[in-house]
Amino acid sequence: MSQINRNAQQLLAPIISNKKVGNYQQIIINVGDLAATCKPGNFVAINVGGDSSSMVLRRAFAISRVTVSSTFGGTMELIVAPHGQGSRWLCAQGEGVVLDIVAPLGTAFGIPTEPVPVLLVGGGYGSAPLFGLAEVLNARGCRVDMLLGASTASKIYAPMEGKRAVNSMRIYTEDGSMGQTGRVTDPIAEIIKDLDIAVVYSCGPMPMLSAITKITNSLAVVHQCAVEEAMACGIGVCMTCVLPVENDDGSISMLRSCIDGPVMDGAKVQWDQVGKQL
Amino acid sequence: MSTLDFSTTIGNTWFPAPTFTASGCASSGRELAQFFPLREMGGVVTKSVMSKARNGRPTPRMAETPSGMLNSIGLQGPGIDAFIAKDIPYLVEQKARIIVSIAGETVEEYSTLARKLRSVSGLSAIEVNISCPNVENRGLVFACDPEASRRVVDGVRRTIGGELPIIAKLSPDVTDLVSIARGVVDSGADGLALINTVLGMVINVDTMRPHLGGKTGGLSGPAIRPIAVRAVYQVHAALPNIPILGMGGVASGKDALEMILAGASGVSIGTASFGNPTAIMKIQNELKQLLMDRSFTSLKQAIGYAHRPEAENTHA
Repeated sequence: MSQINRNAQQLLAPIISNKKVGNYQQIIINVGDLAATCKPGNFVAINVGGDSSSMVLRRAFAISRVTVSSTFGGTMELIVAPHGQGSRWLCAQGEGVVLDIVAPLGTAFGIPTEPVPVLLVGGGYGSAPLFGLAEVLNARGCRVDMLLGASTASKIYAPMEGKRAVNSMRIYTEDGSMGQTGRVTDPIAEIIKDLDIAVVYSCGPMPMLSAITKITNSLAVVHQCAVEEAMACGIGVCMTCVLPVENDDGSISMLRSCIDGPVMDGAKVQWDQVGKQL
Repeated sequence: MSTLDFSTTIGNTWFPAPTFTASGCASSGRELAQFFPLREMGGVVTKSVMSKARNGRPTPRMAETPSGMLNSIGLQGPGIDAFIAKDIPYLVEQKARIIVSIAGETVEEYSTLARKLRSVSGLSAIEVNISCPNVENRGLVFACDPEASRRVVDGVRRTIGGELPIIAKLSPDVTDLVSIARGVVDSGADGLALINTVLGMVINVDTMRPHLGGKTGGLSGPAIRPIAVRAVYQVHAALPNIPILGMGGVASGKDALEMILAGASGVSIGTASFGNPTAIMKIQNELKQLLMDRSFTSLKQAIGYAHRPEAENTHA
């Protein structure tokens, strides 16, 4: 516990690029040496709205990728969906705007010690941090296959360069506007069996994570998922972002998705109990 | 360069700085310790602890509102035994000054909690939280009932009075705050914490139901600051010798100074830490500067300074 967020720092970090990528905004921030301490799965909490803002809470974003030595020094990439007031503000900030950030926060995806086959599953812009993860897994010698899904084509985030680190990438949309028609969860069981997948990594909406857990539990495959709960502080003090998670002794505790997550063992999360009174 | 005595006292306890966490806004202390040494602020007010471990309310537990937020945690916590075994030793080791906040469902539970804390060394004060709005039964918000408030504080006083200062945390959701404050002081409270969150609700217009899992929640942040300043001012006017920990939307040194001028001996910072993990350090530095800019040589001179008679324009 004394190791909570031990690499986290509060930093003023300038935006060096902000451009539209499909329905999302790709924002790159100069974070200097901090980049080297960020791992796939970690997130960043950013102040939004400026000094006179009525938005008192930071916004949490998954760190989709970091580069340790670009022309600008260390950089951090975020893929942001301009859905709420805070993320719309962030998406509207141009180059040179200095952001007040706290990072890296939360748990990271565990990387296998052996080069085992792995499957990455992303829902919507939840796929963004999976590309950075794919690079790390690829470097470890893992065979990486990826499934991306969304309701419609415009919600798929799949950069061209993202394909470099993956063996295969399949896209599913519910309306059939891109890739195959259906849900991203449809082919998972078959892929796990065909490719002898050892670990499934996922990031996306909760119903998707829950559905993947049903499959991985039945096949006894490890499922590391990055959860998404509404957070106020991002650093573990407010207790708002909790999820029911099974402890080693079989009891269930409300764990903070900011500190005990965002990456959690899918098999331990009590998906049926989310939002219920324990 | 002028010097400033920044210290404050609550009951018989001395604190080197008047800045505290607000209960429920620092978790175990470890989380904030990543960002600054806990001993550098006046003290840590711990998350209100109950007798037994508690899971709290279902999610969603949070809704951001203009200049504030609603929370509905419901006193999730490890229970007093685990708290004493794990959390207090950590805070002691960090050399933090510790105010333990306790919450109970019955008058007896508060006394039991106080009894367990009696043998714990390293504590600076006890906060008796009788005003958490996030309990199933609003009738259990003791601070809304003058008689129940008195009984709780009386029970704690009988157990621990004279050993540690007792600070009663009150709710602003009452018609006559001064009479509640007077009642708990008469029963043995050495200080008051003003204010707890203000009961509120947000309705989600998509689901067309209350947004929070617990339906109602406590409103905090700058949105409630004027309510807090008013509460501190009114209670200080009525009970000028009772130290008050002022809280409710303090996010800057200027906000903290408002509380002090209204009559607070110290300020607690809660929601501001959610938005900025180093908020307490920032507020502390700004408050020091503002006091010196106004030629105060001690924090104590500024406490309640807004109450001075019309004729008196500046302090000597």
